[in-house]
Amino acid sequence: MRKYLLKRVFYMVLTLFLVATITFFLMKLMPGTPYSNQEKMTPQQIQIMNEQYGLNKPIWLQYLIYLGGMLHGDLGTSFQYSNQPVSYLISSRIGASAQLGLQAMIFGVVIGIIIGSFAAINRNTWIDTLCTILSIIGKSVPNFVLAVLLQFYIALKLGWFPIADWGGFSYTVLPTIALGVGPLAETARFIRTGMVDVLNSDYIELARAKGLTKFGIVYHHALRNSLIPLVTLIGPYTVALMTGSMVIENIFSIPGIGEQFVKSITTNDYPTIMGVTMLFSAGLVVVILLTDIVYGIIDPRIRLSGNGD
Amino acid sequence: MAERILDVKNLEINFHTYAGDVKAIRDVSFHLDKGETLAIVGESGSGKSVTTKSLMGLLANNAEVVGGSVMYHGQDILKKSEKEMQNIRGKDIAMIFQDPMTSLDPTMKIGQQIAEPLMKHKKMEKKKAWAQALDILKLVGIVDPEKRINEYPHQFSGGMRQRIVIAIALVCYPEILIADEPTTALDVTIQAQILDLMKELQSKIETSIIFITHDLGVVAGMANRVAVMYAGKIVEYGTVDEIFYNPQHPYTWGLLNSMPTLSSTLLEAIPGTPPDLLDPPKGDAFAARSTYAMKIDVEQEPPFFKVSDTHYAATWLLHPDAPKVTPPTEIIRRQKLFAEMSVNKSVKA
Amino acid sequence: MEEKIKLNPDSFEALPKAEELDNEKIAAPSLTFVQDAWRRLKMNKGAFISLWIIVLMLIVAFGSSFFIDHDSLVKSAPNYANLPAKIPGVPINGFNGKLKVAGEWVDEYKQNNISSDKYFVLGTDYLGRSLAERIIYGTKVSLIVALVATFFDLTIGVAYGIISGWKGGRVDNVMQRIIEIISSVPSLVIVVLMLLVLKPGMTSIIAAIAISSWTTMARMIRAETLQLKSQEYVLAARSLGESAPKIAWKHLVPNLSSIIIIQTMYTIPTAIFFEAFLSFIGIGISAPETSLGVLLNDGQKNFQFLPYQMWYPAIVLCVLMIAFNLLGDGLRDAFDPKTRR
Repeated sequence: MRKYLLKRVFYMVLTLFLVATITFFLMKLMPGTPYSNQEKMTPQQIQIMNEQYGLNKPIWLQYLIYLGGMLHGDLGTSFQYSNQPVSYLISSRIGASAQLGLQAMIFGVVIGIIIGSFAAINRNTWIDTLCTILSIIGKSVPNFVLAVLLQFYIALKLGWFPIADWGGFSYTVLPTIALGVGPLAETARFIRTGMVDVLNSDYIELARAKGLTKFGIVYHHALRNSLIPLVTLIGPYTVALMTGSMVIENIFSIPGIGEQFVKSITTNDYPTIMGVTMLFSAGLVVVILLTDIVYGIIDPRIRLSGNGD
Repeated sequence: MAERILDVKNLEINFHTYAGDVKAIRDVSFHLDKGETLAIVGESGSGKSVTTKSLMGLLANNAEVVGGSVMYHGQDILKKSEKEMQNIRGKDIAMIFQDPMTSLDPTMKIGQQIAEPLMKHKKMEKKKAWAQALDILKLVGIVDPEKRINEYPHQFSGGMRQRIVIAIALVCYPEILIADEPTTALDVTIQAQILDLMKELQSKIETSIIFITHDLGVVAGMANRVAVMYAGKIVEYGTVDEIFYNPQHPYTWGLLNSMPTLSSTLLEAIPGTPPDLLDPPKGDAFAARSTYAMKIDVEQEPPFFKVSDTHYAATWLLHPDAPKVTPPTEIIRRQKLFAEMSVNKSVKA
Repeated sequence: MEEKIKLNPDSFEALPKAEELDNEKIAAPSLTFVQDAWRRLKMNKGAFISLWIIVLMLIVAFGSSFFIDHDSLVKSAPNYANLPAKIPGVPINGFNGKLKVAGEWVDEYKQNNISSDKYFVLGTDYLGRSLAERIIYGTKVSLIVALVATFFDLTIGVAYGIISGWKGGRVDNVMQRIIEIISSVPSLVIVVLMLLVLKPGMTSIIAAIAISSWTTMARMIRAETLQLKSQEYVLAARSLGESAPKIAWKHLVPNLSSIIIIQTMYTIPTAIFFEAFLSFIGIGISAPETSLGVLLNDGQKNFQFLPYQMWYPAIVLCVLMIAFNLLGDGLRDAFDPKTRR
């Protein structure tokens, strides 16, 4: 188990190193300069700026400085907001994004499990059909379209929730729904398929033969067996939420990482782009490792083989 | 005569499918006495499993009991609600399934799986139920039960798992145990162990067994009585000796003929396939595959003809007007043995 | 028991033997795998309707090339700007040239002094361009992006998966590590970086989507190849000395086809979504080019006052996504051997 973990951590570090390297050199290849968005600058001004940001050093030195800084948590300085370190930019915004992402994940997964198991238990009835149609729609309607519709009809017309900005819990409701619908639909589909399989299995028939109640069978046997594989989807969900946050945070003007990312892309703010890229990659890598470990803990079949070495 | 604990009368079950109603069980009657083992024999699709699932109230959603009754302690099981059936299942009537590899929940400790019926039916708390689970694990011959009670199904071999399934079935000391091909999925050597275990436990906890199988070889050592099913009907029933040594129905002949024995040199398969139960044939369903078929076999259904007090067969061959036919040589050999046995018996008496 | 028996004199005569094996005949005609899948797909109403919707959309989108060309589409006509839908002979508010302004239905065509025989079936955008034409053209662009990206995704993924699964051993190990590394970077990050480096536009989006999404296909194909590799017919072909590429083409690809088709059906809507997403946040296709994402981005700006400008492209996009997803589900059910009974 320990050997396995060490190996995984090594690959994580390798992955992040490669991402950092590739991002760095891609940024150097990028057309346009950080100044092209600003007012005309004299060559002297550019010279000063270059020196300030270390852009006049040879590329390999810049690369080493960048890597070295990263080890200390220094991601460089933003071009967009002068003198603001990227790490500060990120840390001041990560709270909103994390809260939104977590809420959306919980909302999607919980409601998805309920809808999915409801459909599976009432298989081939109108309930099942309704749940299936809903989850297809949820999977198919892009979250940014949904976000705009929610914002207009629920917030603006009905006035139930704030239209935009970030404050108390009520500000998070609509973005959470918009962001969570994708995972919700995916979970519902996944759980329905899994649970239909499980409900048809021999051990459910044995549980029925024991005289257990319908609820007991679903709760003790069917649910657990169909929930375990859901853990493998948390990685892909994280990706979906990161992607979604870019546009949802923009629509609802939430001061989060995603909104910052879009801003820095449109302003050629390389250090911030690189910083967020690293953050997203690191986040995903950690989530994947964690889900693998969790999967091993909750599935007894894997647990054993994990102890084997 | 022993106490009769289960009485199935004129059971008829249909399955609704897209193609129409499949008449899976057609007028089946049998009974079960206390402490005995009844074997129901027949090839796949003859309706053995459906019959027993109806006893448990575990029929699939598209199945419908069209007629008949299943009397158990003076009450018709078929008329009971799902809630009432939940109190019977696992407590009074328990079941062992065919494939031990898939009939245990992979994510639950086996201790809990055995304790579940106790907690449900005897309202035991977890600790006590586990203690009893440990006892029954010992009883079914699991080595080192204290350790293994905390393990998961995938840590057991097929034979061990079937022992656990048996433990689950017997943990409440049920009156009736239905064993649906309990050894089919196991290696031959393990088969014998499981059968021995079942016999041993039957005498220990005094349960009656309905034993479903397609393997006549397994039946000989297990059962007291045998019912032979074909195409959703029972075609012959009697004691083990009567079925094995004095069979009357051509289908039973075919079954025995296709079973290897010490003296047999050639196994004969029964030609053809069972009829389509969407539209069951008129008359004797086996007629189309029988070399002894007569005209009346395709016109009218044969009633049960009495062979002895315990032995009945539904074949027109037993009608007094029917011509005498010569059964296959293997059957003649068996019938000779049977005659000798009954002579011996009467001599002893 | 015997009361209902009616015996005829010839009742106990032996039956002629000829008809005995009659019931061994197989009733249903045998179907090939593809025929069977097609039959199954036709039974799935949702999937079958989706198939026709997709075919229809493809015909309209690509057929329009003869009528709608890009140059005339980018020309603005300010006097026609922001007109609502007006369909000849449809007197329903919202489709008759009237627009709800401050709670009142106002005939925008009359207000702007536009001749009464001028019709825009889905209205116009802020530059006075026909929304219907733009949507059709935008759908075409979105479909091209999605189809081409999926084609590359498929080619790379299948080839990579087969090679990795077939070679096995160290090659497989290294190839799998590479996939692991690529897939632990969010595809969005890859897409964004690609778009920053390449010149924004259709080609870059296609490349970006293809590069970021082929790993799923490669993984599935590899897993299946590993299984197929040990099948008897593949072993037989190997022991007969057939070359690896020939085996791959003759035995592997046909057996992988169902997975490939299903996965493709799921990749296309993902690609459509990605294009719309990127264009919506302004780093994909951008004006004056048109795609569904660009239209949504344009429409969103005026959504409060001219909701139709976003609703129409949104509906087209959603219908397209739903149709592809339903068809994917239908194909999965049709091909899945587990449900083949």
